[in-house]
Amino acid sequence: MQSADHLLPLPPATFHILMALAEGDRHGYAILQDVAARTNGELRLSAGTLYRSIQRMLEQGLIVETRDRPSPEEDDERRRYYRITAFGRAAARAEAHRLIELVKLARHSGFAPGRA
Amino acid sequence: MRLYRLLLHAYPVSFRAEYGEEMCALHARRCRDVANPLLLILLWMETFLDVAWNAGAVHLDILRHDLRYAVRTLARAPGFAITAVSVAALGIGATTAAFTMVDHVLIRPLPFAGSDRLVKLWENQPGYSHMELSPANYRDWKRMSRSFETMGCYTVRLANLVGQGDPRQITETRMTVEMLPMLGVKPALGRWFEAADDRENAPATVILSNSLWQTVFGADAGVLGRTVILDDQPYRVIGVMPSDFYFPTRETRVWTAMRFAPADFEERTDTYIYPVARLRPGVTLAAASAEMKLIAAQIQREYPKEMGRTSSYLELLRDSLTPKSKLMLYVLLAAAVCVLLVACTNLANLLLARALARRRELAVRAAMGAGWERLLRQMLTESALLAAAGGVVGVVLAGLALPLLVRLVPTQLPIAEVPALDLRILMFAAATTCGTGIVFGIVPALRVLRGADSAGLREGSRAGVGGRGEWLRSVLVVAEVAGSVVLLVCCGLLIRAMWRIEAVDPGFRAENVLTLRTALPMPKYERTSARAQFYQRVLGEVRRLPGVTAAAYTSSVPMVLRGGVWPVEVEGRPLPPAERQNASLRYITPGYFATLGVPLLAGRDVAESDREGTLMVALVSESFARKYWPRENPIGRRFNFALRERTVAGVVGDVRVRGLEQASEPQVYIPYQQVPDGAIIGYTPKDLVVRSSIDPLTLAPAMRRIIHEADPEQPVSDLRLLSRVVEEETEPRKVQAAALGTFALIAFVLAAVGIHGLLSFAVSSRTQEIGVRMALGATSGDIFRLILRNALALSAIGIGCGGVAAYATGRGLESLLAGLNPADPATFLAAIGLCLLMTLAGSAIPALRAIGLDAATAIRAE
Repeated sequence: MQSADHLLPLPPATFHILMALAEGDRHGYAILQDVAARTNGELRLSAGTLYRSIQRMLEQGLIVETRDRPSPEEDDERRRYYRITAFGRAAARAEAHRLIELVKLARHSGFAPGRA
Repeated sequence: MRLYRLLLHAYPVSFRAEYGEEMCALHARRCRDVANPLLLILLWMETFLDVAWNAGAVHLDILRHDLRYAVRTLARAPGFAITAVSVAALGIGATTAAFTMVDHVLIRPLPFAGSDRLVKLWENQPGYSHMELSPANYRDWKRMSRSFETMGCYTVRLANLVGQGDPRQITETRMTVEMLPMLGVKPALGRWFEAADDRENAPATVILSNSLWQTVFGADAGVLGRTVILDDQPYRVIGVMPSDFYFPTRETRVWTAMRFAPADFEERTDTYIYPVARLRPGVTLAAASAEMKLIAAQIQREYPKEMGRTSSYLELLRDSLTPKSKLMLYVLLAAAVCVLLVACTNLANLLLARALARRRELAVRAAMGAGWERLLRQMLTESALLAAAGGVVGVVLAGLALPLLVRLVPTQLPIAEVPALDLRILMFAAATTCGTGIVFGIVPALRVLRGADSAGLREGSRAGVGGRGEWLRSVLVVAEVAGSVVLLVCCGLLIRAMWRIEAVDPGFRAENVLTLRTALPMPKYERTSARAQFYQRVLGEVRRLPGVTAAAYTSSVPMVLRGGVWPVEVEGRPLPPAERQNASLRYITPGYFATLGVPLLAGRDVAESDREGTLMVALVSESFARKYWPRENPIGRRFNFALRERTVAGVVGDVRVRGLEQASEPQVYIPYQQVPDGAIIGYTPKDLVVRSSIDPLTLAPAMRRIIHEADPEQPVSDLRLLSRVVEEETEPRKVQAAALGTFALIAFVLAAVGIHGLLSFAVSSRTQEIGVRMALGATSGDIFRLILRNALALSAIGIGCGGVAAYATGRGLESLLAGLNPADPATFLAAIGLCLLMTLAGSAIPALRAIGLDAATAIRAE
């Protein structure tokens, strides 16, 4: 598989979307809700940012649109569902690793709490 | 929700199609979740910002993507890319260069404050629309008029600057105190003239031009307060003008205060000053002109004898150039636009051919779900990229071409010689580039995309043949041929007109004549005898130089000073003021006619013995004698001229004083010594003319030495061959003909390329058909004719359309054609012949390739 390093650092919106999709396929509105819940309402992605990110992530192969749909009573046919790819997981892991390394450096400099 | 849907139109169509519905649903849910109306307003504000930001970002993403794609595909076809960029560069470069010239000379406001309200005032007499004013008329016009905020005046003369290195002759503009504040340009150093500087007996003051300050005074800021000597008079330096200040023309090196003595107001016909005025706010040029006409009429009634024929003429300072110079520039611009159109047509043709060839690729992309909007966008990005590269190269080309066009910048405007390529011009070039990119990109793109879906896959590489694609390309080729015909004909007409003018007999023989100027300063040379002493000494020694066959002094050689006219009154034949005529006035030393090769037709030349106190004589030109004494012997006849009664002593041939293109007044020549001290009318003799049997330029050092020995403080200027003076008459025309010739050549080559491209494409896509024809017994000749017939038909239509357009354009050029018929058959035949030749040249290679095809291989080609 192609290395995800050239995509780093991931834009925050992209990283959040990947985290929202980590637990399962979601449609756009569900992604927004997930991101908002995960950040205690701190981050509220706008529709434009969401779909612009989705378009780019589709092109980059971080996610795919899935044809598997939930049971009809929960479904709305206008909705599109997205699924994280293996490449997407790799990219998210690489980004997380990058952030961890960054935090380590910050601790060394005394900018962040915890063991240096 | 309607509003939100409307907002979504800011996104690209493809994005909207993909995500629009979901975004709407999402927005609707958000709106439902908000209960508070205040928060709803906040949400909408956030939405507006979100759309503006993200739509822009999506567009930018697509642009980046398309640009990458375009660069990649163009890199794969470097031949195509280079051709397209060069063609665009030629079109954009030609248009930018021509626009720069037109803008510089005709459009851009003059670099003076409120320059659109600055007007020039002239006296106007039958036959002369632009005559200088006499101080008396200036004083009265200024006093009586109400249309102007301020009025000032200036006059230009040559002055000798001594005491700063070698003596040098410079152009001095004397101006009244109102002039500089009216123009609104502050000196870079020092101050303007003040009212005190204008007064008689005040210490004389001078303002230096930046170029003189740099070259002669080494840009020394301590120059203020220093004294310089101009024509033997001390002047105190009070200022230095900025480097981009020119007034009234580029020649002026110093400005001095203009002063009038009471005696200056006595002679109303002695006209030598140029008034400039600023219109009051709200007063139009027409209203001011009307007022000045009334004032001139009033002065006419007061002084019927002197002012009987004199009216007034006003023009904007911006417009003070001849209709001919304006037309020449507009012709240049029109020709450049023609080149641009031919270039655009050619590019459209190139892109169409490429697009048709890429039809399969486009069809595949369309089949894979790319919307037509995305494909159109992609193709336009490619053409815009080509146009942008062409634009950059074009601007560089224009910058290189500008110095070659400076001859088209008239010298009488207060503007720089070489126009600057500034932001304004770059904006123009950018707009032209955008227009070019869109015009030549959109036609082929739309043409190909109409039916790019499935037809492309089916038709394969034969797409466009015999269909609308080929039809469109044929129309484009016809347009190119027509454009070249127009340019060729116009260029041909202007060249023929130039030849005509060059063939005009100037009335003198300019070959082997050297001329130089020694403008003798006043009051040092106020006495006629002092001047005579100088001329006699210089001429005596110059005539002794080996190789010199004749030498003389004159007030001005023909075609340099074009005016210098004076009214004529013939004894016993009083004419009503309106019919009175002028003649040009020149003072000469003996030997002038022999030097210039002007034939003496009757009587005698002026002689050294013609002095003050002897009979006042004059030599007149043939047309003068014919006009006043038809079928009579003019010798011994008397007439009043330049304040004296003169007797005709001889008749000489007519000379084209006003240049090759303009009729001249009859000429009168007066012996240089028959002038009262300090009261010469017009100009004292200052131009030395020398005819030699050897290369006249080799005489220059000896002549300089002779003049230096006669008066060490006397500068020498304007040293040149008289033949140069005559050549300069047609110089602007030469530049214009060269520019138009270049444009015509470009259009011509582009059209040939267009024909070649069209036929090559036709041959390669009709390979199979040609094979079948050959198999059925068609000979090489048949095939050759088949291909050629196609090309000639297109060419014939193009020549027909172009011929009509060229005739119409030629009619518009009539005033530049020096009497040449705008339908000049030779020019039209030559242009048509060239176009046919171009058609043959363009079709030769494809036609030969068609003949060379092997029937069996050709049939199996698909």
